[in-house]
Amino acid sequence: MENFKNFYNSEEKREVLSVIVVNRDSVLSRIVDLFSARGYNIDSLTVAPIPHSEYSRITIVTFGKARTIDQIIKQLNKLVPVKTVTEHKDVIEKDTVLIKIPIDQSLSDVDVLARAYNGAIANVTQNAIVVSATDEPTRIENFINIIQKYKPLEIVRSGVVAMER
Amino acid sequence: MKITGAQMVIESLRQENTEVVFGYPGGAIMNVYDEIYKQDFFQHILTKHEQAAVHAADAYARSSGKVGVAIVTSGPGFTNAVTGLATAYTDSIPMVVISGQVPTAVIGTDAFQEIDAVGISRSCTKHNFLVNDIKELPRVLKIAFHIARSGRPGPVHIDLPKDVTAELGKFDYSIHYDLPTYKPTIKGNERQIKNALKHIAKAKKPLFYLGGGVVLSNCYNEIRELVHITKIPVVETLMARGVMASDDEYLFGMLGMHGEYAANMAMSQTDIIIALGARFDDRVTGRLDVFAKKAHVVHVDIDPASIAKIVKPNYPIVGDLAVVSKQLLEVAKEMEFNDYSSWHNTLKQYRKEQPLRFLENSDRLKPQWVIQRTGELLGDKALISTDVGQHQMWTAQFYPFSKPRQFMTSGGLGTMGVGLPFAMGVKRANPDKISINFSGDGSIMMNIQDLLTCSQYNLPIINIVLNNNYLGMVRQWQTRFYDDRLAETNLEYQANFQMLAESMGGVGFRVTTKEQFDKALDDAIKSNKPAIIEVIIDRREEVLPMVPNGHALDEMLLLGDK
Repeated sequence: MENFKNFYNSEEKREVLSVIVVNRDSVLSRIVDLFSARGYNIDSLTVAPIPHSEYSRITIVTFGKARTIDQIIKQLNKLVPVKTVTEHKDVIEKDTVLIKIPIDQSLSDVDVLARAYNGAIANVTQNAIVVSATDEPTRIENFINIIQKYKPLEIVRSGVVAMER
Repeated sequence: MKITGAQMVIESLRQENTEVVFGYPGGAIMNVYDEIYKQDFFQHILTKHEQAAVHAADAYARSSGKVGVAIVTSGPGFTNAVTGLATAYTDSIPMVVISGQVPTAVIGTDAFQEIDAVGISRSCTKHNFLVNDIKELPRVLKIAFHIARSGRPGPVHIDLPKDVTAELGKFDYSIHYDLPTYKPTIKGNERQIKNALKHIAKAKKPLFYLGGGVVLSNCYNEIRELVHITKIPVVETLMARGVMASDDEYLFGMLGMHGEYAANMAMSQTDIIIALGARFDDRVTGRLDVFAKKAHVVHVDIDPASIAKIVKPNYPIVGDLAVVSKQLLEVAKEMEFNDYSSWHNTLKQYRKEQPLRFLENSDRLKPQWVIQRTGELLGDKALISTDVGQHQMWTAQFYPFSKPRQFMTSGGLGTMGVGLPFAMGVKRANPDKISINFSGDGSIMMNIQDLLTCSQYNLPIINIVLNNNYLGMVRQWQTRFYDDRLAETNLEYQANFQMLAESMGGVGFRVTTKEQFDKALDDAIKSNKPAIIEVIIDRREEVLPMVPNGHALDEMLLLGDK
């Protein structure tokens, strides 16, 4: 057992998992229950049907030690409606954010900032502007930090979707 | 031809050759019960409590290897069944439990006797279904049985709304349903098996560590042969008792918290653990960071999630032991193994120094004597169930088991109250055997009501209640680790067990001497009625050896240690 120090005592690392499931038997609650029952972390979770199939793709961002990640994958695979679990190594990740900003803030500043993060102004009303941006999760994180200056009223994130390169 | 949902349930039970169902009727499940009334190919045993029904179905499965079946109603009927599901789930017992549910039209309205049953059972079943369309029911019934008994077995729960049981639909049980997302691995990786055996053959102190998976896979003959070919010593978990005959020269007993000294020393000193169908439970490993530090590990399990959950093996092998045991045997027969006799002798020496034993130092009977004596008198004529506590550990230590499926006990969940309904299910599955339940004065009261069921259905089980007027296991910990502050463990206020047994159509005995015990056991067997034999035992007797919580496996408290 001496040989496996890394397995037991590694640093926590972030992991993106794609879980392909059959669309039946309350499969989403099974997955969420599994994470809560076994004390695993969910950083982000998105789910959508896979076009032209009876399956859905659930993208989960989680973090844990090597041993925990190993268990998460095995426990997910053990659920009857789960078809495959893929641990992504080389992956494109995208996250979308919608941010509502009071109308009295500088429109042009916000616009420039949004563009810098692959975003744009999505909507303008009498009281507020809504910007949206889609980018890598860490960049979206930065965008949200920077935009704080403009006193956002509301922030909505989609969660991460991922695809192997 | 179309039939109702209720008829589909009955039909599927017919196709599965179900001979007995344990259950309890109620509003939401009435259509199914109406069909039970009309059929005569299976027996329905009406228990006094849904919990007992599920435990009885569980023990029926444990002792026979078939799938146990229980039927209950919605709401409280189902919630009473939950402990039974959880007990079976932690010990991987194949079972199908069907519950009634309020009609689909009122689901979600907090209707009378409505509860989110699948929401509750999700975490204590292998899989579950809420069937809200009659078209789904034939498929669900068929795959429920398949899922329950295949792969790592487990209980499956089907929640059936009342309107679905009344609706008409087509039913063809011969249809094969492909489950693309559920394909257990059956055969072990051959190269990995060869590599593992090569390593074992060169090792100095190899050790078989057998778990409940060996029992569930019905492969004890192969395992015994493997042991005798390789001449490698063996330890068993609680769930594996009986895989090796208790007098086998290679068996060094049960390991773990209350394991035998030699077994725990073997596990602490081995250089390669061969884990077969065992899961490195915390009651087995003791303090994990010092567990079997120098050992390599071969781990065979049908559940990939059991592998590297606690201990990361050098040779992980996923597969069904029913097949892998044959693969191992085939390769082993062609191989030369080291001579392990000096390792074997070391373990024999440990056993000689610290055998399992007890002292006859009280004017009261010793519980270990009662168990040993029962074993002497009945041996493999008896199938043994237990409740949970001191008596459970004494039984695991001192009963001379000779076959698997001879010992029914709640190992994983540790459910007090299983013993009596277990013995009932065992007797129903094995009418020619004597069904004994070793219990304590705490546990026996948790499902005592179902003694009446045993009388009604002519299931003469024998409950041997080892009475120390304590919740003994908790009392033992309080004495050892809480300065003997006996918080709520003193059970001085008790029923008259003799009268209790008689009032429920059974026979009762109160025993204080060895002669009385022999006679009571004989009388109980001859009476052919459910029996309670209350044995007054030494109040302060402890289960030893003991690995205290948080200690390494070789740091045992032994007889005489303070």
